[in-house]
Amino acid sequence: MSPRRLRAIFIKELHHITRDGRSLAMALLMPVMMLLLYGYALSLDVDHVPTLIYDQDQTSASRDLIRQFTGSRFFDVQGYVDNYRAIERAIDRNRIIMAVVIPRDYSRHLDLGERANVQILIDGSDSNTASIVQGYAETVVRGYSIQLRSDILNRRGGERLTPPIDARLRVWYNSSLESKNYVVPGLIAVILQIIAALLTSLTIAREWEMGTMEQLLSTPLRPVEIVLGKMMAYFVVGLADAAVALAVGLLVFQVPFRGSPTLMVVSVCLFLFGSLFWGIFVSASARTQLQAYQMGVLSSFLPAFLLSGFVYSIDTMPRVIQVITRIVPARYIVTIMKGVFLKGVGWRVLWLELIFLILYAAIVFLLATRKMKQKLA
Amino acid sequence: MPREKVEQAVSPASSFAVEIHDLVKTFGVFVAVDHVSLQVAKGEIFGFLGPNGAGKSTTIRMLCGLLTPASGAASVNGFDVATQPEEIRRSIGYMSQKFSLYDDLTVEENIDFFTGIYGVPQRLRAGRKTYVLEMAGLTERRRAATRELSGGWKQRLALGCAILHDPPVLFLDEPTSGVDPIARGQFWSLIHDLSRTGHTIFVSTHYMDEAEYCHRLALMYRGKVIALGTPQALKAGLTSHTLLQLDSDQPLETMRALEAVAGVLDVAVFGSGLHVTVDDPGAAMARIRQALGAHSIAIRRLERIDPSMEDVFVAMIETEERRAA
Repeated sequence: MSPRRLRAIFIKELHHITRDGRSLAMALLMPVMMLLLYGYALSLDVDHVPTLIYDQDQTSASRDLIRQFTGSRFFDVQGYVDNYRAIERAIDRNRIIMAVVIPRDYSRHLDLGERANVQILIDGSDSNTASIVQGYAETVVRGYSIQLRSDILNRRGGERLTPPIDARLRVWYNSSLESKNYVVPGLIAVILQIIAALLTSLTIAREWEMGTMEQLLSTPLRPVEIVLGKMMAYFVVGLADAAVALAVGLLVFQVPFRGSPTLMVVSVCLFLFGSLFWGIFVSASARTQLQAYQMGVLSSFLPAFLLSGFVYSIDTMPRVIQVITRIVPARYIVTIMKGVFLKGVGWRVLWLELIFLILYAAIVFLLATRKMKQKLA
Repeated sequence: MPREKVEQAVSPASSFAVEIHDLVKTFGVFVAVDHVSLQVAKGEIFGFLGPNGAGKSTTIRMLCGLLTPASGAASVNGFDVATQPEEIRRSIGYMSQKFSLYDDLTVEENIDFFTGIYGVPQRLRAGRKTYVLEMAGLTERRRAATRELSGGWKQRLALGCAILHDPPVLFLDEPTSGVDPIARGQFWSLIHDLSRTGHTIFVSTHYMDEAEYCHRLALMYRGKVIALGTPQALKAGLTSHTLLQLDSDQPLETMRALEAVAGVLDVAVFGSGLHVTVDDPGAAMARIRQALGAHSIAIRRLERIDPSMEDVFVAMIETEERRAA
């Protein structure tokens, strides 16, 4: 390998990049747009659940229960109805997600010291939201129920009783449970993967289509120099993209950064190497620029988006899919990004992920070089 | 121009710049190059003539190491095409049929790029660049985007980029296609300059008039070399026949009338007149005048002419077709 030839390719590619102002602007603005779009749209937070109340009992006891819901930030009581049809209509029209129905004999059962029932109706069409809402409702009702029981016991026994076990939940790393903190670090990784594929997927296919590749192959230039030189040029753009994406994440979304900046720079570089080599490999495999573009976007966007665990938790995927995610490089960078951003964990925890990123980059580099050699023959 | 050699592999002693023995290339069942053998001496301008699809480009690509031959052997500059592609690439310049510089780069950036990939040493770079810019007449426009150049400039720049490393052998694949006649003339004078400084030039073309500029020619037709020699020798090969130029007012009627004339071997439309091939010019000319007079066709011109390369080529192809039939 000759450094002189490598440098020639590198500079030539930089000229291509800077000459094509529109593509360059797109490459640099796209991470900002994607982050803003996905960062805000992909909110997984469930609060202010629109709720209707159907109070058949109409007693002070039932109103006391209703206050538990109106007083919570998780529920937003939209109004009171006096029949099931109204609830059904409201759910059908997506005006509410939940309804609380307090039966006629609610206070009577309570007064008799019997078990009183409350009906919670939830729109299950979005199962994820539904199960979260269900959790909130159960928590509210159970808490209220314990409070009622201890009140009764206190009244009977005359002494203060407290519930035997008081579970105090504390959420670590993302204490406010804000989904942006969870989404944005992973999103940065996914965006880098897509940008890398977009940048490189045309680079070899274009040279074949234009006929310039034939010229290159008649010179002493070697496939390894073409692949490396091109990668280095697009790496510069990739790094700029990473910087832009990080800036948006930290400044606009105010995502906490707790870990080592060095660790993050190293892993972003390793990830970019692999992703850029992948784009070059795809470009060398395709016959036309269009084909290269489609293959590049599909093969990087889909796995990065669905199988990286950046939103969709890998633990809940079917076993087969879980195994497949192990060969998706985005999975490892997402783990690293979340670890570095939110948990502040270091090399000792993330070394395996780093090794995978190194391996991936090396393997894809070899594949891309080999593909170039095959085309050559 | 600086004559220092640039990072070139030392070539084994061979009197020929290009040697081809029984070279074959097939694409599926199609035989693109069919047992071609020829030699090109050092410093020669060797022309590769033939219609499109004759196998010229395929042969050149095999010589440049861009395609692998199906069978046969070839060497360039003493290096074997099959086993020493790296050495070959260092010692050749190649200009492909399609313009293959980077349109979005400037003239200078293209030159710098090829200087880099050909590994021209630092101390020679400035000199080579100046030489190529001057040769192509682009010194003034060195900072212009390549896409803004006209066909003739582009072609001279492409030639310049192919000789930055001063290669002993140059392969030019239809370098003048799509370029205006004046630019073609300038281009051929550049090729002659290169030949005078010891470069071997292997050039393909389908312009018959350009054949006259070559030292030696191979006529290629349907994958085969059907004739090989100097332009003079190839024309002399047609001495068994004589070519007559015949201009008349009614070329179509003339052609029909000539069909019945004994001693007329072939009639071909050539520009506004006809080229008539005959075996015995004296007798044939008399018979032609007689026949055309009978048809009351006025003859504006009837005389012996020297065959052009195109006549040679047409005759060769006809012989070849007759043999195949």
